[in-house]
Amino acid sequence: MTDIWSYLARDPLLWLAMTVAAYAMGLVLFNRTGRVPVLNPAMMAMALLALVLLATGTSFETYFEGAQFVHFLLGPATVCLALPLYDNLDRVRRAALPILVALFAGSVTAILTALAIAHAFGTGPDLLAALAPKSATAAVALGIAEQSGGSPTLAALMVFLTGLCGAACATPLLNALRIRDWRARGFATGLAAHGFGTARAFNVNPTAGAFAGLGMGLNALMTAVLAPLLLRLFL
Amino acid sequence: MVPPTIVAILAVLLCQLAGEVISQASHLPVPGPVLGMALMLGGLIISERLRGVIRPLAATILGNLLLLFVPAGVGALMQLGSLGSNALPLLLAIVVSTIAAIAVAAVTFTLVARLTGDRDQSGGGA
Repeated sequence: MTDIWSYLARDPLLWLAMTVAAYAMGLVLFNRTGRVPVLNPAMMAMALLALVLLATGTSFETYFEGAQFVHFLLGPATVCLALPLYDNLDRVRRAALPILVALFAGSVTAILTALAIAHAFGTGPDLLAALAPKSATAAVALGIAEQSGGSPTLAALMVFLTGLCGAACATPLLNALRIRDWRARGFATGLAAHGFGTARAFNVNPTAGAFAGLGMGLNALMTAVLAPLLLRLFL
Repeated sequence: MVPPTIVAILAVLLCQLAGEVISQASHLPVPGPVLGMALMLGGLIISERLRGVIRPLAATILGNLLLLFVPAGVGALMQLGSLGSNALPLLLAIVVSTIAAIAVAAVTFTLVARLTGDRDQSGGGA
């Protein structure tokens, strides 16, 4: 038994299968618990897998040997976001002004409030650099953080926590604000919580999903410009 | 004739590849896949055939988008301990700023849309 385990534990197949299985379990639990946004299937899968890795003493590197095949699909998925964008092209054109103003306001808010709060607690400059680009999609955030002297691994953690928070908060928050425009709801969620928010928006409404993808793409650009500039105010 | 699924997969991968090449060569702060999305959008505008072949593939991938974040998320969760005493301020900063950014962006979008007299047909819903 231990022989089989030690063989499988090093095989990419095991952790690939575990990743999909954990997600499937997450989906079942999510549907059984009445689809509470905080308990989204991905989050339950992550918690479950992290516990399994800790319990079996498996390193993240070993896990990722298998999970990388799922992780790789994030790139093609981003390319695929062009389709919902195409389907909504007319509406995007008509909403160009709201999109641009909301992009600037949202991006500045995301960076400034995060830096101001962390700075108030005396957080050091290297951590601030990792925190500043947190609302941008991971690939961009890592590059920006590194450029300003932050650790890319920490930046990835900040990006991820932001996505989790955004995906969990968006629906109740936007309901409380009585925002009924799916374009605004989706755009704000994608802008603030990148791919994670976009995935969440697609689960709620296709228009919200399309505008979330747009928000994510545009904020990647905006954050790349604004984060290094705003960071200087706190150093 | 190349089957539509293969055309779709190839088109997506080529867009991403071209995006990576442009991103690397131009030193733009935009990641390859995002540039790939822009290239794909151009392709979709031009070609009706491309729209037809991409649709089922995009539906499958985008319908299960959350699954793709699981591996990176596991990595992030395992790192939480490394934050040490900075964990609380950073978490607070993330939660407050994410909520603030969503609220500001959504409210700004709605206000500007209203000011410019823009009503969307999708309005309504919870």
